[in-house]
Amino acid sequence: MRLTRRHLLATAASPLLFPTFPALAQQPRRGGVLVVAADTEPRNLNPALVASNGVFFVASKVIEPLAEMAYGEPGLTPRLALAFEGAPDGRSVTFRLRPGVRFHDGRPFTSADVAYCALELWKKHQNLGRVFFKDLEAVDTPDPLTAIFRFASPTPLQLVENALPALTAVVPRHLFEGTDPLTNPHNQKLVGTGPFRFVEHRPGQFYRLERNPDHWDAPKPWLDGIVYRVLPDRGAIAAALEAGEIQLAAFSAVPLADMKRLEKLPGIAVIDKGYEGITYQLTVEINHRRKELADVRVRRAIAHAIDPNFVVERIFLGWAKPATGPIPRFDRRFYTADVPTYPYDPKRAEALLDEAGLPRGPNGVRFSVELLPAPWFEHTRQMGDYLRQALKAVGIEAKLVVKDPAGHQKAVYTDHAFDLAIGSPVYRNDPAISTTILYQGGLPPGVPFSNQYGYADPAMDELIARAARTLDPAERAELYRRFQRLAAEQLPLIPVVEFTFLTVASTRVRGVADNPRWATSHWAETWLEA
Amino acid sequence: MESAGPSPALRLAWRRLAQAPFVLAIVVVGAFLLLEAAPGDAVDAYVASLGGDAGFVHDLRTRWGLDRSAPTRFLLYLAGLATGDFGWSVAFGRPVLDVILERLPVTLALAAAATALAFALGTGLGILAGARPGGPLDRLLSALALLLNAVPSFWLGLLLGLLFAVRLRWLPLAGIETIGVHYTGLARLLDTARHLVLPTLTLGLVYAALYLRLVRAGMVEAWRSDFVRAARAKGIARRRLVLRHVARNALLPVVTMLGLQSATLIGGSVVVESVFAVPGLGRLAAEAVTQRDLPLLLGIVIVAASLVLIVNLVVDLLYARLDPRVELGHRSP
Repeated sequence: MRLTRRHLLATAASPLLFPTFPALAQQPRRGGVLVVAADTEPRNLNPALVASNGVFFVASKVIEPLAEMAYGEPGLTPRLALAFEGAPDGRSVTFRLRPGVRFHDGRPFTSADVAYCALELWKKHQNLGRVFFKDLEAVDTPDPLTAIFRFASPTPLQLVENALPALTAVVPRHLFEGTDPLTNPHNQKLVGTGPFRFVEHRPGQFYRLERNPDHWDAPKPWLDGIVYRVLPDRGAIAAALEAGEIQLAAFSAVPLADMKRLEKLPGIAVIDKGYEGITYQLTVEINHRRKELADVRVRRAIAHAIDPNFVVERIFLGWAKPATGPIPRFDRRFYTADVPTYPYDPKRAEALLDEAGLPRGPNGVRFSVELLPAPWFEHTRQMGDYLRQALKAVGIEAKLVVKDPAGHQKAVYTDHAFDLAIGSPVYRNDPAISTTILYQGGLPPGVPFSNQYGYADPAMDELIARAARTLDPAERAELYRRFQRLAAEQLPLIPVVEFTFLTVASTRVRGVADNPRWATSHWAETWLEA
Repeated sequence: MESAGPSPALRLAWRRLAQAPFVLAIVVVGAFLLLEAAPGDAVDAYVASLGGDAGFVHDLRTRWGLDRSAPTRFLLYLAGLATGDFGWSVAFGRPVLDVILERLPVTLALAAAATALAFALGTGLGILAGARPGGPLDRLLSALALLLNAVPSFWLGLLLGLLFAVRLRWLPLAGIETIGVHYTGLARLLDTARHLVLPTLTLGLVYAALYLRLVRAGMVEAWRSDFVRAARAKGIARRRLVLRHVARNALLPVVTMLGLQSATLIGGSVVVESVFAVPGLGRLAAEAVTQRDLPLLLGIVIVAASLVLIVNLVVDLLYARLDPRVELGHRSP
């Protein structure tokens, strides 16, 4: 097997590879400050340390990764790296960096910054990077524009490539080296190379960014600045849009029930693109330590009791799709529909439960469970209500236990004090980043969003491990298709639907949703109509 | 008869000051125990938003001192408090006192404005209603008060926002300042005042309804008393009778209520501050609970309890001044 030299990024910039949105067809206009809603204020805003959507939403405009996701092939567009190539043995990846880039404080961006971030921030401290870069041994910097990542064990180039958008934000070495990175003031007062400079954060009120006139992609960005107004109340966000106090609300910050009404208002648009690269799923998490639930027939019965179309239509009001497995449809490289499925069929569910030796008792109940819907989305809570009813129809009594985020995290992922839970895992552009961890056995308690379900299967573990070290992209993709089939067969957890978010914006805002993780990307191409 | 030595007012103030540490201690221990009893800690709350491996979770817990037992953490907190150190907010990554002092002025301004509005509107309308109990105006105002009392403040806030900010566009909907315009001096004050109109209305109207009912009830009671009957027999003009005799006596319970409500105002501001995105202490308290930020929550509790103690002391002093029958330093039998 031999990996060919990769040079995707240089060619990915070709406009031929991007689908053209009507908005982009117009000539962008310079100027204007875009005011958007923010519902959280992350305690650490540095994406080199904290890879999360809440952080990226603000910080990705200031601090850039090596590459960003793009629609179409090859799926990436260059930011701080122009090209990269992997060694045939999978033990190194060489990045060619963009010349002439400067940080906002005027100092040049070089390979030393990349090396520092990779070894000292991503690998040691970043929530996702700690796992992903654990085998990163060294980063050689033969010249200021070349960084060679050296891995202790073969690492698929495809995986590295897929991790670039979310895991490789670069901050200046000269501001972090010799300090405690976790308490460095520049985790709040951001300095990066991005199209916008960080100006101020008034806690509880707003973040303000201004145009970086020296950006490498000049004359972009088109906007003069971005203001993130902190609006904790979702009803108030909808009202602020109507009042014209904000021009954009991302991440479905407006309740779905309000979307249809807002969509009809003149001057407001609801956009359902721009989040495919961070697709979430609504899943039923199952505690296999519970005797009844350890039986695959019971898990399949629960799957048959759920009507995904109902969930799509009633909970998501149509803005979701039924899921077939742990990998969303958008990722055509890995996704397969060729898996066992469990269509909505309550009779089949009841037959399976009978077969599992769980007949209805005199009160019509087969057994009872505690059901913990995760509190972070309105959909997870509503799914809890729906699942309770769906289970009741087949003789399973579910008691809803609703906790706040800290309580839910502890109950499900540390104490395993649940029978069923409603979770919402996110798929991050590669199954190895945050998806296979939901199926992998042997993880210690306390690891959030991981297999804390008591499910362990050597065949599954072997498959996951093999895919993670397979260098050939086609072979690796095939292993992940097998992973999906095994996951659907054994059904350790039940992916019900996949969903992304909606953006509600004034129709004056253009250049929206032009890449699959738009809300968490740079916004250099976003502009405001006069 | 007055005795020699410190004035009764001063004695009351000293006594309250001496009681304050005990009251605060009870409040702090209670808040600590309540938050400790809640499942999950600050690390659970944090990683619930971003994930991380076992080492990441363990390192955070060590760094934030959450690997120590609850009693140890509490003793360390108290030791810090004795030296004036309110601790470190894990949710904000900053000293607790800095975070609180940043938010306190906004809540104080909002609470003061809402109280002033509630007092002025509530007593004014209450006097109008109580001037002729059972009359058409009384019925109308009583119904209005009932309605305002029944309306949840978040709903009232959203309705006021929809009317004045979305439809009429007279007032800003959220925040406390116009972003990107750096006003100074009077212009800044006016800008902030304009932003606080809707939150003040929302918070104030609910309490105004309460004062209205209180004053009205007090006046209905006063109309039946002997001194009013005597005053009427003396032929005192109705207007003077209402204002000088009936209403004055009915105002006393309102003063008491002002003190009691200083605590509920802070509670009520949690909702109003969220709806109107006002960066105040109420919203901060809600965030501290969600984030399980124990030092921050304890800091807020101490500040809020201190405020309540101060306001109640002032109210007691005021009460004695308004009603000479009340003697400072003596409990009622």
